[in-house]
Amino acid sequence: MSDMFQDRANRVSRAKTVDSAAINKTETPIPDNMWEKCPSCTKIIYRVDLEDNMNVCTSCGYHFRLSAKERMEMTLDTDTFVELNSEIIGCDPLKFPGYKEKCEGLREKTGLQDAIITGVGEITGIKSVFGFMDSNFMMGSMGAAVGEKLAMAFEYATENRLPVIIFTVSGGARMQEGIVSLMQMAKVSGAVALHSRAGLLYITVLTDPTTGGVTASFAMQGDIIISEPAALIGFAGKRVIEQTIKQSLPEGFQTAEFLMQKGFVDNIIERKNMRKTLHGILHLHQGRKHQ
Amino acid sequence: MTTAWDRVLIARSILRPTSKFFIEQIFDGFIELKGDRNFADDAAIIGGIAWLGETAVTVIAEEKGADVPEKVARNFGCPHPEGYRKSLRLMEQAEKFNRPIICLVDTQGAYCGIGAEERGQGHAIATNLERMMTLTVPIISIVIGEGGSGGALALAVADRVAMLENAIYSILSPEGFSTILWKDSSRAQEAAEVMKITAKDLLDLGIIDDIIKEPAGGAQNGPELVAERIKTYLLKNFAELEKLDSKTLLEERYQKFRKMK
Repeated sequence: MSDMFQDRANRVSRAKTVDSAAINKTETPIPDNMWEKCPSCTKIIYRVDLEDNMNVCTSCGYHFRLSAKERMEMTLDTDTFVELNSEIIGCDPLKFPGYKEKCEGLREKTGLQDAIITGVGEITGIKSVFGFMDSNFMMGSMGAAVGEKLAMAFEYATENRLPVIIFTVSGGARMQEGIVSLMQMAKVSGAVALHSRAGLLYITVLTDPTTGGVTASFAMQGDIIISEPAALIGFAGKRVIEQTIKQSLPEGFQTAEFLMQKGFVDNIIERKNMRKTLHGILHLHQGRKHQ
Repeated sequence: MTTAWDRVLIARSILRPTSKFFIEQIFDGFIELKGDRNFADDAAIIGGIAWLGETAVTVIAEEKGADVPEKVARNFGCPHPEGYRKSLRLMEQAEKFNRPIICLVDTQGAYCGIGAEERGQGHAIATNLERMMTLTVPIISIVIGEGGSGGALALAVADRVAMLENAIYSILSPEGFSTILWKDSSRAQEAAEVMKITAKDLLDLGIIDDIIKEPAGGAQNGPELVAERIKTYLLKNFAELEKLDSKTLLEERYQKFRKMK
């Protein structure tokens, strides 16, 4: 426990150092990395407090978006993650102007090869295959790289008789890859089907936002579908629906709570309880079975 | 030369024959079966059983409607979740009775509305994609007009996917594509050329298996001939698929989509 406080004290002092350095060198009195504004309640939160609270607003409970790496570290036992197929990158079937360069730039900027990392890891000692999507890479959209990594992850899990847990965050299909991105929906669905027919467990954790072709494929194919609070989850985008029906949408439409009420989400789990909940589900599926 | 945009216009033409016409022409003794047994019947998808030559088959088809009142009644061929659930119910019934399945695809896309979201449009499509991968009977899908995104794919996870010569199949409409990527819906024609949505492009990309020829100018200039060609295609390909045991059939179906990247 004292280590935890010491760690916090260290980080606070580091943050303060950065703060004073920033004041001396620039016009901005508050450096970007020191404070965070909650997009939900607009309250300004001390970055260190936010991190200590798993990137959940200390005031209103809003769950900030996480990178794949942050999510992985928060979810898995320390040092248990072994990434699979990290080398896979996407294609450019349409030769879409600027797409290749955009991906290359994002690889450099984010350190990701594409919008998902997949691998094997453990939650309180139970091994599982994981996929962590990342909205920092083209809004987590699914092109051939995401589809291929997911298909390979499911195939690996089927072969090794492991459960699969996918954290989704995605704007849907990767438009720049055209029809090839649509076909990833079928491809991944096939791999999910084989995993399912082998009697293995698949859990999806929907996070903000999960939409389009990802909702219309593997996000909704879990044996158990859980969601973080207030996540936006839907098939069509809000603007598209409003343009189609020529009226504005009711408050709370397409939120996790709305989907749970309509019967499409098993449960909403706060980030602080996610590890415990996932472990509970994994553990139960290892229990004694009807003979 | 016919441009991609020309084909968009042909595929959307109100003169183009729709599923109902093809069902009447291709099959004998079609009996329509309605409803998803859960919420409603969706008129944007016609389902039923019929004879294809001497074989009993299940037919599932997106239908835009021929005239304005029918188009309204059929929601312009944009299915709700119950349409996909009806399709799945009939496909599972086909599996039970060992009937081959034919899907005719013709939709701008799955409907984007409040009810569609409330009843799980994403879930309905996702369920079809997964389940169609494991159905033990042969499936042939033919895109006869517009193959719009997930709303088309939900009827196109098949052992053979063919397109009529002037049909289009895409991730999104050219209008939507140019709006999203160029913030400009007026560049739809340009988008159509870039997107690779024609039968020829998709055959070259390995997304579809075959192209069924149309008369010059489009299927409306010889609808009976096109129906005959579809029938010939179905008979030939089901004869081939019939020779595969169900394990091989499913393995080949899986690999067909697995290799797309």
